[in-house]
Amino acid sequence: MRRRRTLVALVLLAAVLLVLPFFVGSYVLSVLVVFLFAAYLGQCWNIMMGFAGLLSLGHALYVGLGAYVAAALYVKLGVPPWIGLGAGMIAAGAAGAGIAALSFRFGVTGVYFALLTIAFDEFTRILFDHIDWVGGSAGLFLKVTTLTHSDPVHLRGSPAMFYYLLLALSAAVLALSWALLRRRIGYYWLAIREDQAAAQSLGINVFRYKLAAVVLSAGLTAVAGSVMAFYDNNLYPDTLFTTARSVEIITGPVIGGAGTLFGPILGAFVLTTLGEAMTVLGATVGIPGLKQWFYGGALIVIVLLQPAGVWPWLRRRLRLGEDER
Amino acid sequence: MPVYVNFVVAGFLTGAVYGLMALGLSVIFGVVRVVNFAHGEMMVLGMYATILLNHYLGLDPLLCAPLDAALLFALGYALQRGLINRYIARPEHEQFILMLGIATLLTSSMLMAFGPEARNVQPDYALDSYELGSLVLDKVRVYAAAGAFVSVALLWAFFRLSRTGKAIRACADNQVGAQVVGLDVGRLYAVTFGIGAACVGAAGTLMLLLVDVQPYLAADYTLLSFIIVIIGGLGSMPGALLGGLLIGVSEGLSAYLITPSLKSLISFGLLIVVLLMRPEGLLGRRA
Repeated sequence: MRRRRTLVALVLLAAVLLVLPFFVGSYVLSVLVVFLFAAYLGQCWNIMMGFAGLLSLGHALYVGLGAYVAAALYVKLGVPPWIGLGAGMIAAGAAGAGIAALSFRFGVTGVYFALLTIAFDEFTRILFDHIDWVGGSAGLFLKVTTLTHSDPVHLRGSPAMFYYLLLALSAAVLALSWALLRRRIGYYWLAIREDQAAAQSLGINVFRYKLAAVVLSAGLTAVAGSVMAFYDNNLYPDTLFTTARSVEIITGPVIGGAGTLFGPILGAFVLTTLGEAMTVLGATVGIPGLKQWFYGGALIVIVLLQPAGVWPWLRRRLRLGEDER
Repeated sequence: MPVYVNFVVAGFLTGAVYGLMALGLSVIFGVVRVVNFAHGEMMVLGMYATILLNHYLGLDPLLCAPLDAALLFALGYALQRGLINRYIARPEHEQFILMLGIATLLTSSMLMAFGPEARNVQPDYALDSYELGSLVLDKVRVYAAAGAFVSVALLWAFFRLSRTGKAIRACADNQVGAQVVGLDVGRLYAVTFGIGAACVGAAGTLMLLLVDVQPYLAADYTLLSFIIVIIGGLGSMPGALLGGLLIGVSEGLSAYLITPSLKSLISFGLLIVVLLMRPEGLLGRRA
């Protein structure tokens, strides 16, 4: 019964999201794109923290690598976007693997691991500020061309094209998360998250599975970075690699419910809506800083009321789903 | 005497203030086991409080330090009692969101109150300097460092000699044991958070002698505090001071030898090396 309710809700949600661009103006569409970026990135982060229990506070690193690798290959060498996107995934996956292998070999865990991810991200940000080949701190720009129709093969097109692309990506990573949690690797991750020593004593190769979580999360995160590069057409180290972006990425899934399947999506929706409402409010009242003030206040209120996230609470209220996800 | 000695000494003096700032973070983590992600925000709050005291009461920034410390103590005490105490047993990422909310509130409040432009104080000795041979030291830098060292000494005396200080150390060593012998752990945690906030408030006052303040500096100071305490050893008091001095000198030297914009690259690089080689920090103990 509950399974059927969940299915119906999912189909309804998908239908609404599919037809939405036909009914909204360009402003709402741009907000929806922001929402989908946040939802996708939140899900990627969730694979690492929510499933394997590895707290990353430096996910902007993978966004930045994905964006810079794809854009630099395209602008400087004329490499097609989708190949650049693949290269970005590989670069971010390799960076993630390097960081993870070093940390786990040297026994860096918990808060220390989180701070190490910040350090690598900030290190890379300052490094890119000084790489002149990709423009340094002055930024890297993609040529903007006016097209009569969207061209998904070259990732050039209208916001609606990016909306559907991101919708497909979000749906794909949701399906992937769902599938992984039902396989051996998912159960291993949860076991490691709950008690690493116990998992190890049962013969799980903790190092390998933690590494897999980081590489997967990093590679998928880079995809959003590449798409972001072709959506925004400009790249600056100080906006792509900034810790503020890492913080944005983690806020959604934590507010929505870390470790759940729909938490990151709901969290992204709540925060994007909240952010836009605050921007409108701030612009109406005309006091700079008021927006962030309410945003900060709202974060505190939500985390006080539902420390484990909004989704577990909402799922109970809607009587959806059978398990704890 | 080579020119770089000037940069080393100036970096060392700035590093003392960094040390005091990071000490606050270290004390809080060492006892309460909560990472204060709003640390830089508290630093900037201390800087603005100094501007107000200087502007309206005409107080010398050095005299503001104890007042700011008292103000930030009250804020830290109240935050721990009212909000953070409920989150001590929660997972780190939930604590992080709470601290992030507090940090956002503080930064935006300061932005609304003071605007985005940079401000500073100009004491009448702002441009004076001491000269020892070819070594030239800014008077403000010497004063700031002296203030930092005095604060650290006072803190050390508090933790070694006073009853409350000893009780807090007992809490840090063994929380359950402290409860068993009848210590009010909740109050001690609040006092500790207050002391940590007071450190960073005083550090903010002293730092204002050296740099201009604007609301968005907060995030940079939070990151800088993390670098320093990790290098020195999270939870270790001498470690925080040592880390501060090291980072101060390394910033001064890399600004002179390479370029100023690369100075934090060196700091983050140092942090990565220390985390991998000695995760407990230079003077920290393995947990």
